[in-house]
Amino acid sequence: MHFLKLILRNTLRHTLRTGLTVLGLVVAILAFGLLRTVVDAWYSGAESASSTRLVTRNAISLVFPLPINYQERIRRIEGVTAVSHASWFGGVYVTEKNFFPQFAVDAKTYFDLYPEYLISPDEMKAFGADRKGCMIGRKVANTYGFKIGDTVPLRGTIYSGAWSFTVRAIYDGAEAGTDTSQFFFHWDYLNETIKKAASRRTDHVGVYVIEISDADRAAEISTEVDAMFRNSLAETLTETEKAFQLGFVSMTEAIVVAIRIVSFVVIFIILAVMANTMAMTARERIREYAMLKALGFGPRFLAGLIYGESLAIALTGAAVGILLTFPVADKFSKQVGTLFPVFGVSVETVYMQAAAAIAVGIAAAVLPALRAARVPIVEGLRSIG
Amino acid sequence: MENLSEPIVQIRHLTKSYRRGEQLVPVLTNISFDIISSEFIALMGPSGSGKSTLLNLIAGIDKPDSGSLKVNGTDIATLSEADLADWRAANVGFIFQFYNLMPVLTAFENVELPLLLTRLSRSQRRERVELALSMVGLTDRMEHYPSELSGGQQQRVAIARAFITDPVILVADEPTGDLDRASADEILSMLERLNSEMGKTIIMVTHDPHAAKSAHSIRHLEKGELDVRS
Amino acid sequence: MAIPLSYTLRSLAARKLTTLLTAGGMALVVFVFATVLMLEEGLRKTLVETGSPDNVVVTRRSAGTEVQSIIDREQAAIVEGQPEVAYGMDGTRLTSKEAIVLISLAKRNSDKASNILIRGMGQKGIELRPQVRIVEGRMFRPGSTEIIAGKSVAERYTGAGVGETLRFGQREWNVVGIIDAGKTGFDSEIWGDADQLMQAFRRPVYSSVILKLNDPAAFTQFETRVENDPRLTLEAKQESVFYAEQSRVLANFIRYLGMILSVVFSAGAIIGAMITMYASVANRASEIGTLRALGFRRKNILSAFLVEAMMLGATGGVAGLVLASFMQFFTISTMNWQSFSELAFGFTLNVTIILKSFAFALIMGVAGGFLPAARAARLNIVDALRAA
Repeated sequence: MHFLKLILRNTLRHTLRTGLTVLGLVVAILAFGLLRTVVDAWYSGAESASSTRLVTRNAISLVFPLPINYQERIRRIEGVTAVSHASWFGGVYVTEKNFFPQFAVDAKTYFDLYPEYLISPDEMKAFGADRKGCMIGRKVANTYGFKIGDTVPLRGTIYSGAWSFTVRAIYDGAEAGTDTSQFFFHWDYLNETIKKAASRRTDHVGVYVIEISDADRAAEISTEVDAMFRNSLAETLTETEKAFQLGFVSMTEAIVVAIRIVSFVVIFIILAVMANTMAMTARERIREYAMLKALGFGPRFLAGLIYGESLAIALTGAAVGILLTFPVADKFSKQVGTLFPVFGVSVETVYMQAAAAIAVGIAAAVLPALRAARVPIVEGLRSIG
Repeated sequence: MENLSEPIVQIRHLTKSYRRGEQLVPVLTNISFDIISSEFIALMGPSGSGKSTLLNLIAGIDKPDSGSLKVNGTDIATLSEADLADWRAANVGFIFQFYNLMPVLTAFENVELPLLLTRLSRSQRRERVELALSMVGLTDRMEHYPSELSGGQQQRVAIARAFITDPVILVADEPTGDLDRASADEILSMLERLNSEMGKTIIMVTHDPHAAKSAHSIRHLEKGELDVRS
Repeated sequence: MAIPLSYTLRSLAARKLTTLLTAGGMALVVFVFATVLMLEEGLRKTLVETGSPDNVVVTRRSAGTEVQSIIDREQAAIVEGQPEVAYGMDGTRLTSKEAIVLISLAKRNSDKASNILIRGMGQKGIELRPQVRIVEGRMFRPGSTEIIAGKSVAERYTGAGVGETLRFGQREWNVVGIIDAGKTGFDSEIWGDADQLMQAFRRPVYSSVILKLNDPAAFTQFETRVENDPRLTLEAKQESVFYAEQSRVLANFIRYLGMILSVVFSAGAIIGAMITMYASVANRASEIGTLRALGFRRKNILSAFLVEAMMLGATGGVAGLVLASFMQFFTISTMNWQSFSELAFGFTLNVTIILKSFAFALIMGVAGGFLPAARAARLNIVDALRAA
């Protein structure tokens, strides 16, 4: 009781200094949380991947397509319950800044594989009926203000020319981690259009998405698919959806690593600030500590006072910082729109923030507490704050 | 317990020096003397004579280089850091020149502080603290912070804090050094009463002959040695 | 009558731990600030130097990258025949019709893969890129399945070293040489014969045509003609512009992230400096009173404390820059979102970055020191003297 009161009153002794330190912590913990959330966003595709979905792509690299006739052959493999396909379109909506991924898909089968996309039956039907229709995620709709019936013009980069699609359906995500930043349209329409231009890409698709009945057989079925097309013109590489998504992340791993490092640098910066505050505080109170020791209080009591004060400041800063993370992340997410498909503060991030604050609180108190414990009473009594 | 024939403080061949840079500066050389129970003794001497060092040694907040130092039957020169802390809590009351009150605690809480090291209950502590504060005449200032009290009042709080645990000896280092004459007299008469009415052994360092008059006996230190005249 | 600098320096030295911690926090911020600038500069250097202003890249209109571009043989021939195109020593046009594919290669010592750009080029391809030197082995022989690898690829990808082989397009390709492209984007590519590559991938079309102009000033004329030719669906860009545009997204990402981080982190460091300077003012109130009593003006006090804060910032700035300079030994390699292929680039330190970082450090110091210094200057002499 008394002990806590003493810590609290000590903390409030220098309101300006404590206030500034708490402010610094708020900024640092907030920045730390946001950087962790950016890293999480990077991995969101892999996080929300289903363990019963496999992705088959061209073994050379993703930019090479696969023939459409593979679909039937894959479907016949035992353990495969459904096969669909998707092709990266890479169109530009007005300017390059407006990035959202567009896929030409097999509308009849694709959405059965993705139960996490919630679509009303009416809209699904309307999308199916319109050859030039498209289905967009809620996030795309919100970011660019698209409504059902709107026309979306896209400039093709891989499939050159000016394209335009009519919004027929808007899907929602079943979970917070579901990617609703995508844009889907009919592969049939794409294929017919490019057939007229005699493109090499006619009758080809980007990737096959395979649904399997048993997640434990993923490796076995992957091997079987790839064996089927070995020594053909288009050899395949099949992996789980998660591995496929992680492949993307690993290509930009350097950026993820850099952001991670920077997120720890901010903790070190605030540690320096916090340690300075505690060092100054302890230096000013060395005489009080000596007096307490003279009265018979042990080094543990003094250490408790110092650690307690340090933790009180750190945790106050952390609490405010964590609370601010949510609205700021929300705002940031709205600003960047579809650039990050999923941008949400995870529970782990909050734990990491709290852990970082506790670590800073403890680390900042180490030296001052040691000093207070070691200072000879006589010397401490003589010192002037 | 307190046997009159056995001195409460027994000092034998006590030596203490400090290191100043490369040099070893002797502060106390071969000091031997006794203080009997319920004595009120003043240690005097010019600055640098070692009087404060001697007081610190007796109070157990500093350690001698050699010699023995028995206080109330315990040779405190041999105690470990932690045992010494417990010993101080039980046996010594401190009064400092600059009061050394915790600025964030009220007068009541400052006096209560040493009792936190005992097993007394909350209500027992309250009872004792109120009694102690009434003895130093500060019943109406209990909830005040040190910054709201005068120097004399702060020193009275410090005195209350010193005797609250009923220690065997009270050590006072220039208790009136920072006070005006009237406040100083108040403090001195309070120490006299603690000595005469409660039988506390008091060891006071002072350079003020007027303050020293309150003591029963005066010991002079000169260059680390006891002056034989005293 | 200013307060001497030594007075300020001594007061910083007197509180070593505090000075160290405050300057340390600033050093970390300067480190982040400088590192981001160095990264941006490294990326800029890599891409600007990849492209030569004399060269022109022709791709399909709005393809953006070579990988997405398609140029058929007739179109390529028309481009080659334009009058502005320079002639080489042997009397043929200085052009290279190139075929670009991306292949997924595994990194050495890891199962992770990344997309590597394979550039099939014509005979003049290497002549058009004078910044590229073969540092190991030799050039590939035209018409063979020999390839040469960029230094960065050779070091980090399985099978890309001299004497090793890579398998793609149902063929084995022998690596016969390593090129050092002077930290340009070509270090992240593999080069081979265009016709061989097109056969292997059963690809009848080129991706781009690279050419040198007689006179760089003729570019606009060339560009207008190519873009207005009804037989061509192509666009022409100066090579330097082409590569700068290729990495605009990555460069912007680094710049914005860096700017946001620097601003946020500097807030922390400024707060640290403020805490230190407020304490410095509080501890020395009586000193300030004495100085004022001796006849020093308020502005002398203000500047003495500001100088102290700036010294803190300068210390942090120097330490941060020293730390950052070590980053020059590292290389970042990541996928360039626009070209979808691997790109390696380093951290480049130059005088501008040093000056910018140092100025940033001083500004942090001043920002942190201003309020405390103003408080010191406002102190009343009598109160200050009594404060001890």
